[in-house]
Amino acid sequence: MNSTLLADNSEASLKKFLNTLSAVDEVGAKARVEMLATRSIKTSSKNWAIDLAIRMVDLTTLEGADTPGKVRALCAKGVYPDPTDLTVPSVGAICVYNDMVKIARQALDAGGGKNIPVAAVSTAFPSGRASMEVKIQDTKDAIANGASEIDMVIDRGAFLSGKLGFVFDQIKTIKEVCGSDIHLKVILETGELVTLDNVRKASYLAMLAGADFIKTSTGKVAPAATAPVVYVMLEAVRDYYKITGTRIGVKPAGGIRNTKDAIKQLVLVNEIAGPEWLDPALFRIGASALLNDLLMQRMKMRDGYYASPNYVTLD
Amino acid sequence: MDKFEYAPAPESAALVDIKSEYGLFINGKFVAPKGGKTFTTINPATEEVLAKISYAELADVNLAVTAARNAFTKTWSKMPAAERGKYLFRIARILQERSREFAVLETLDNGKPIRESRDTDIPLAAAHFFYHAGWADKLSYAGVGSNPKPYGVAAQIIPWNFPMLMLAWKIAPALATGNTVVLKPAETTPLTALLFAEVCQQAGLPAGVVNIITGDGATGSHLVNHPGVDKVAFTGSTSVGKAIAKAIAGTKKSATLELGGKGANIVFDDAPIDEAVEGIVNGIFFNQGHVCCAGSRLILQENIQDEFLEKLKNRMNLIRIGNPMDKNTDLGAINSSEQLARIKELADAGDIEGSQRWSPNCSLPSSGFWYPPTIFTGVSQSHRIAREEIFGPVLSVLTFRTPQEAIDKANNTPFGLSAGIWSDKGSRILWAAKQLRAGVIWSNTFNKFDPASPFGGYKESGWGREGGRHGLSGYLKGEK
Amino acid sequence: MRIDVMKTYKLFINGSFPRSESGRVYEIKDSKGNFLANPCLGSRKDLRESIVAARNAHHGWSSATAFNRGQILYRVAEIMQGRADQFVTEIIAQEGATPASAKAQVQSAIDTWVWYAGWCDKIEAISGSSNQVSGPFYNFSIPESLGVVAIFADAKPSLLNLVAGLAPVIASGNTAILIANEKFPLCAITLAECLATSDVPAGVVNILTGKFDQFVTWAGSHMDIDGIDATGVSNKDLTELKELGSENLKRIHSFSELLSTKRMTNFMEVKTIWHPVGL
Repeated sequence: MNSTLLADNSEASLKKFLNTLSAVDEVGAKARVEMLATRSIKTSSKNWAIDLAIRMVDLTTLEGADTPGKVRALCAKGVYPDPTDLTVPSVGAICVYNDMVKIARQALDAGGGKNIPVAAVSTAFPSGRASMEVKIQDTKDAIANGASEIDMVIDRGAFLSGKLGFVFDQIKTIKEVCGSDIHLKVILETGELVTLDNVRKASYLAMLAGADFIKTSTGKVAPAATAPVVYVMLEAVRDYYKITGTRIGVKPAGGIRNTKDAIKQLVLVNEIAGPEWLDPALFRIGASALLNDLLMQRMKMRDGYYASPNYVTLD
Repeated sequence: MDKFEYAPAPESAALVDIKSEYGLFINGKFVAPKGGKTFTTINPATEEVLAKISYAELADVNLAVTAARNAFTKTWSKMPAAERGKYLFRIARILQERSREFAVLETLDNGKPIRESRDTDIPLAAAHFFYHAGWADKLSYAGVGSNPKPYGVAAQIIPWNFPMLMLAWKIAPALATGNTVVLKPAETTPLTALLFAEVCQQAGLPAGVVNIITGDGATGSHLVNHPGVDKVAFTGSTSVGKAIAKAIAGTKKSATLELGGKGANIVFDDAPIDEAVEGIVNGIFFNQGHVCCAGSRLILQENIQDEFLEKLKNRMNLIRIGNPMDKNTDLGAINSSEQLARIKELADAGDIEGSQRWSPNCSLPSSGFWYPPTIFTGVSQSHRIAREEIFGPVLSVLTFRTPQEAIDKANNTPFGLSAGIWSDKGSRILWAAKQLRAGVIWSNTFNKFDPASPFGGYKESGWGREGGRHGLSGYLKGEK
Repeated sequence: MRIDVMKTYKLFINGSFPRSESGRVYEIKDSKGNFLANPCLGSRKDLRESIVAARNAHHGWSSATAFNRGQILYRVAEIMQGRADQFVTEIIAQEGATPASAKAQVQSAIDTWVWYAGWCDKIEAISGSSNQVSGPFYNFSIPESLGVVAIFADAKPSLLNLVAGLAPVIASGNTAILIANEKFPLCAITLAECLATSDVPAGVVNILTGKFDQFVTWAGSHMDIDGIDATGVSNKDLTELKELGSENLKRIHSFSELLSTKRMTNFMEVKTIWHPVGL
């Protein structure tokens, strides 16, 4: 929560600072991530990466049709992803809508998942189109129900129309509602920001306003967590740490469907931000179907032959 | 482990079947050298011997040139252009089919990382044949007159840094324009050229159109001086290029020369900084810096010097140097002990002249030829490491205050092959491009090659261009 | 005594082989007057579906690298070579050609296709330019694909005319609706089968069979066609085509040579870009 990079609290100062950021060359950015995608992760490092990826998954269900039954099943899966192999670690968090938080917290506590946090999406997720009062209440409700992490959305309309001070203030306010105990992820919705320059600016804006994590997407809009976007965000947290001494986390969400995708993300983290970020405290992956693919790959590494979907549970 | 170590990920050497001994490829067949002499080629990463190679003496050169002449007169010059093109299409497609085999062989013989052979060298080589195949029957559109004619027999000598790619840059346009060739690969990297001979056989290419003779500088000299040769195409050092120009001075032979460089990579303060760092790294460490157009001088705007160098060093810490057959290796072996000695000598000059050397901590394998990625800061124009081509993973860093100063420093060299410009401002990039005396100018990128893009240098970096429409004129005489 | 499985000839739209939505066919006879086949009688709706498919495919096709287009076109030639015998049989049956001349036509058609495949990544080098304007500017002209082009294939030699019509249009980055000559439609459908098995993206080429004069009216008036190769259209119909086409200024051309860069450049638009040169 460091605004000392800004001369004062005005929007003009914020814009001035953001304009000092270096441009991103899209072609160059894509070339770098393509090269990193060729890294071949095998044997022992693959095993290590799979287990780390599992521990980084924010296992998610964000559907209008969610029911208590669905949420309880998800929580059971998150605590013991593979009931036949208890060496499989638990996931990093459970991510649900605000009104499912209580059920998730109860299910986790009763099922051996006391240490797994519940993250709630908030602030009129996914569109963010509501009044500040509604957004604040949304956040308060989630926290009261037991969420220890809040995934908020920024106002993309305000960002794209240049109201950067407004976007900043919203984040700052929600962080104040969270306090220092509740961990705030700020969703940039990079698919709507479109350019990598915008992603860079939005990343810094969110960090300056108090984000503990910057998150790529709601998962409801494509494209979501593409490699160039994650690359820009990892550079932002890397450079922000150099200036301020504070490490902010990154969460890609949406479009990471299989182990190969997840490992590519970990390679990006390793070579762009640095090994300190290879930790669920600083990197999470928002996903649902990914977990089963990680489990099947883990089985293949363990047994020496490919598994089938029959051998992993459907939540 | 508490760090993300990348476990070994080796490509399999069993993908390629290396013979214990190779003949000379003359007139469609492999034949023994007349003098029976041979030499060996080794894997520079391990120093193990890969194969025995035939040594071509004057008698063999004679045979090869005669075969090329006969093929030209009796077959190739009489063949309809569209049919010539279809042979080249076949060659391109077979190269694509056998690309993994070629990539592995290139890495074993040259020392470059398998990722580079696989993703850059071999695909570009195949693309070069594919592109030129399409020109064979369209030469009246090439801008060399309405009915341009080939020279006849082309003598082609290529270096060891991109063996297969340089072969493609030479043979594809020569054949497309109707010439026949005698090609001599470098003595430390003959294997992919010899495998290419097999591709010619698979494609049914008429005997004698392509001849491949192995040997050293003396072999090359016999070839260049042979009276049966009409055209000389050489890629290699400036000193040998000058010798060739001198040697052909009294003759009717024409020459294309691709020689050395000391490319300037200019970074303005408004450059997209992270991509610029990547571009600098790519510019000098790609292919171990064994690149004629390498960005071996970083000309950095002084006001961003500290920030840029810090990012550059952090990026260099990530360079993985080691077994070239490992898919995660970024920096491979130096091609030969001779080249390693040259690099060391020049880099040591940097120390003596007072610039500051820096390399990341990296452990080098105990056998083979290796040099860590290195930068020298505080370099000035008058230092040897700012003027002489090192041809290794060594970057000299100079600074500038004004744009004109950057241009003047960049141009202040007898070389003129390549330059890079990093800036976010289009008009500035084009302004700089207009001033730079270099044949290839990369803006916000580096080391990009394409068969459609003409490549070649100003001044002592050589004569002529390879690739694109402009590259064809090197092999065509135009109307009488 | 064994009988052969007879082939059904369908349309080729958006990468699939549907029958005409009209459900109608028309009969063609071989050169001896015997029944040969019932190709589809393409309808106005079929044409419309083809245009939608071609329009949707245009962005991807024209943004692919020229090298990629060239590779795909060359692959088509590889497949055509493999099906040479089938083309020969169809040409003999429809055109009354001798086996030797049918074979020569097929070989020539494949070579024509290869000629155009080789142009994909070269056409800009010979028809674009850097222009020396007097001012501190780089000024360069780049030809770009027009968009969706309809092609009326000329009659005999049927395969050669199909290829000379289609290959240049797609080599230059356009997407196409190829309307087979109504007397000689069979090679068009076999050609469609080659395209369908060669990595050509769905919608880049759509092939219809049916009555030319109907297609002249429908294609001439459809506002989402950008250009037309009218080589196969009769003089009488050509006037109607051009009058209808004037409504959205369609670029309508007929060609007399099989191998001609005009078949590409006439379906391209030149874009000239200025960029200042200065600090």
